[in-house]
Amino acid sequence: MPEHDVLIIGAGLAGQRAALAAAQSGVSVAIMSKVHPVRSHSVAAAGGINAAISVTDDWRSHAYDTVKGSDYLGDQDAIEAMCREAPGEVMHLEHIGVTFHRNDAGELDLRAFGGASINRTAYVADITGQAILHVLYEQLMRQAGSVVRYEEWFTTSLVIDADGTCTGVIARNIRTGQIEAFAAKSVILASGGAGQCFKPTTNALICTADGIAQALRVGAPLMDMEMIQYHPTTLLENGFLITEGARGEGAHLLNANGERFMSTAAPNKMELASRDVVSRAEQIEINEGRGVGPDGQGVYLDITVVPRKRTLESLREIVNIGRDFAGVDITREPIIVRPGQHYIMGGVKTDIHGRTPITGLYAAGEVACVSVHGGNRLGANSLLDTLIFGRRAGEHAAERARSTAMPARSPARLREDELMIKEIIARPRKGRRVSELKAELGTTMNRYCAVFRDEDGLQSALDTVKRLQEEAKSAYIDDRGSVFNQDVLGAIELGYMLDAAETMVLSAIERKESRGAQFRTDFPERDDAQWLKHINVTLGEDGARRISYSPVTITQWQPEVRKY
Amino acid sequence: MAKFKLRLRRYDPESGEPPYWDEHTVELDPHRSVLDGILEARGSHDGTIGIRCSCRQGICGSCGVRINGKTGLACNTHLDEALARGDGSEIIVEPMGNMPVIKDLIVDMDAVHWKKIQSVTPWLLAREPVPEREYLVPREAMIDVTQSMACIQCGACVSDCLAMEVDPLFTGPAALAKAYRFVGDPRDSEHEERLRYLAEDPDGLYTCTHCFKCVDACPKDVNPMGQIMRLRRIAGSDFDINDRNNGYRHEHAFVKNIRRNGLLHEADLFPDSYGGKFHPRAVPELLSSIPVMIKGLLRRKITPRKALLHQHKASKDVRAIFDRIDSEPVRYELNLYVTGIDEDNEPAPTEGAPR
Repeated sequence: MPEHDVLIIGAGLAGQRAALAAAQSGVSVAIMSKVHPVRSHSVAAAGGINAAISVTDDWRSHAYDTVKGSDYLGDQDAIEAMCREAPGEVMHLEHIGVTFHRNDAGELDLRAFGGASINRTAYVADITGQAILHVLYEQLMRQAGSVVRYEEWFTTSLVIDADGTCTGVIARNIRTGQIEAFAAKSVILASGGAGQCFKPTTNALICTADGIAQALRVGAPLMDMEMIQYHPTTLLENGFLITEGARGEGAHLLNANGERFMSTAAPNKMELASRDVVSRAEQIEINEGRGVGPDGQGVYLDITVVPRKRTLESLREIVNIGRDFAGVDITREPIIVRPGQHYIMGGVKTDIHGRTPITGLYAAGEVACVSVHGGNRLGANSLLDTLIFGRRAGEHAAERARSTAMPARSPARLREDELMIKEIIARPRKGRRVSELKAELGTTMNRYCAVFRDEDGLQSALDTVKRLQEEAKSAYIDDRGSVFNQDVLGAIELGYMLDAAETMVLSAIERKESRGAQFRTDFPERDDAQWLKHINVTLGEDGARRISYSPVTITQWQPEVRKY
Repeated sequence: MAKFKLRLRRYDPESGEPPYWDEHTVELDPHRSVLDGILEARGSHDGTIGIRCSCRQGICGSCGVRINGKTGLACNTHLDEALARGDGSEIIVEPMGNMPVIKDLIVDMDAVHWKKIQSVTPWLLAREPVPEREYLVPREAMIDVTQSMACIQCGACVSDCLAMEVDPLFTGPAALAKAYRFVGDPRDSEHEERLRYLAEDPDGLYTCTHCFKCVDACPKDVNPMGQIMRLRRIAGSDFDINDRNNGYRHEHAFVKNIRRNGLLHEADLFPDSYGGKFHPRAVPELLSSIPVMIKGLLRRKITPRKALLHQHKASKDVRAIFDRIDSEPVRYELNLYVTGIDEDNEPAPTEGAPR
């Protein structure tokens, strides 16, 4: 029966940063992930990390840009904390080995990014997420004596005791099929987002809303779940991400007439307006018949205007993606892109220490909602979010662990999860496959819960999700084995995704205005009088979802008209 | 759309049966990936097929497999390209080599790959004092180590490494590329210790046989063998670390020979490779080389006359080349991928450009 002071679920940037921070305070730490840590989806973050480190910059300017980017739904106390601590965090990363790109003076180079009023994005070519993730993993290997790693363990449940305190998790060793109860004084969820609820998505196959649903099931509120980011530049062919760094380096967006259509939507920032604005502008071009490519479903991203040497040096990953997945040399010809699901701003509600309303349960990274991103996240703020709030959660969780006794294990919960897995494996092979249900969920969400939404579409999405929830109870799988039974994990993940998707659609129906990533064609205006507030969804005792509101924290920036 | 026959190497550790072949036909656009093909087979025919995968776009490094004999990522190998690699009738997918198989296409990377990564002290041992802000380092140095930082730890190079097949203890291409990432990093304080450790290991730095398999296998252009060669060069020229199999001295003997003679004078190569005629090692090494010399004489590769008399002196032109190289103040160990491209601002060709 494994026991740890602090147990972290998920080993992307937030999880690894939390583990290192907690270990620093001398408590016993373990980190658990359903994949090897370097496979975590943070690896795909391309463009960079924002921090006001330039002498001409100020963290308040970064904070203001973030508040404006969030369409004033972000909590300003959290945004202030993040932006104030950003330069120190970036320097810390540099000191432990991240190979940040330099300028000719040997200092950190900074590139332009969407929604930012100054160049403030530090980067490693266009593999910034990978470079940071691998360096944190180096540190975890270095700390092998103080951080236990459970690699390829799948969490099935959070354990809650009679007082409603989180006391550990139940998890299955993927390599053996063995299931175990873990006791922990503090549990930190850092299990990432929910992109697989959508098809296509830029997100990896592992982004299946695990922590979001696990938290919801034990009574934690999910906040801002209607805020789904569609990234402006995903490959038309398969939805792969083309980094915003491309536009940061100067690439243009063009419609079928060769016009830079951003000149209407954002005359000042053009292609570097915030992502919700750019995605909407693209979708309008596509909807009004000025799109390009098969069926006119995309627009051109023209990187040829960037010097070729610069592209090869600082955008090497998308040179490969263009070549391998679209057959295009991006330094020679434009590539066709479209808006595609990329990020969820919402998640498990936390305070600025990563604490959820459930005692002993923390959350950080994309699974969490602090909320620093509000209605729309700025590019290169997600890496920052994971690191700042990963560290804060790690520190606070360790602090709590020092004054808490080790809780008892939960054999009852363990048995329930064992039975749940046995039941899935034993299902007769009739009806629908898990993989079919997942595909239907993805296309439904991408159709109705995307860049433009309305009541009818959302309602029909809700009906589909509810039907799929019923069907999922008997959907079958093939694999009956114990070793690497990925099939049974897929069935559990489908349940997570359906839970998350339901809250997304419910919140989107609830918010009867247009703000950030939520654009309701039936309520096209932002309505601060009614809707300058967060929507929270919790699970009631009867199993039904409950909706409540919480205020937006405003410190120094009053809502204004948002123009780029 | 086209039909593709996938022939998968399967193994179920719980069955007690040996590995077997399993065939699935999938219908997909030829431009889709082998991973898409396998996931299609898994999603609609057989959910028991085991393969690690996550990002689908060549970044997470999960799906290393052997496809028609060559290791790579299933997600960035196109179906048509994979088919062309074999006899054109089927796509054979097997688990990676040099690592034990856990199930189907899933191998135990901890047992081999990660163990070797651990062995090179894979973290920065930062130079003191740690500055308040960033370390000031040359722009080129950071771009340079970023090439080995671009390694996604997929294990493809380990899978195809011939030296490791013969010597399983060999540190291997991925771990040595990782070592270069620190040796090439001006912020690291232990370059010499790292190199000595690798050089003294009988299965370390000098076990690589330059077969280029890792260079071919790497999906991220990390060029592991190139990083190994740089480690060797830095070890030899910056820290006077001599390898066990004379490679470094032999290379220098060649350079010295040409500098002196202009043309190769083979009789000098032997003693020079051992450190010169008067080096303590020269006598035993020369004695042990007698059979080689006899062969050379018999095959008239050298003649006693040629061996004893220097017939050439380096010309002015040859000396000029050496002078020029010697006068270069700094030697950068740069990767060509990033710096070998000339600035090129010509307008893009109109083909495919927006109307």
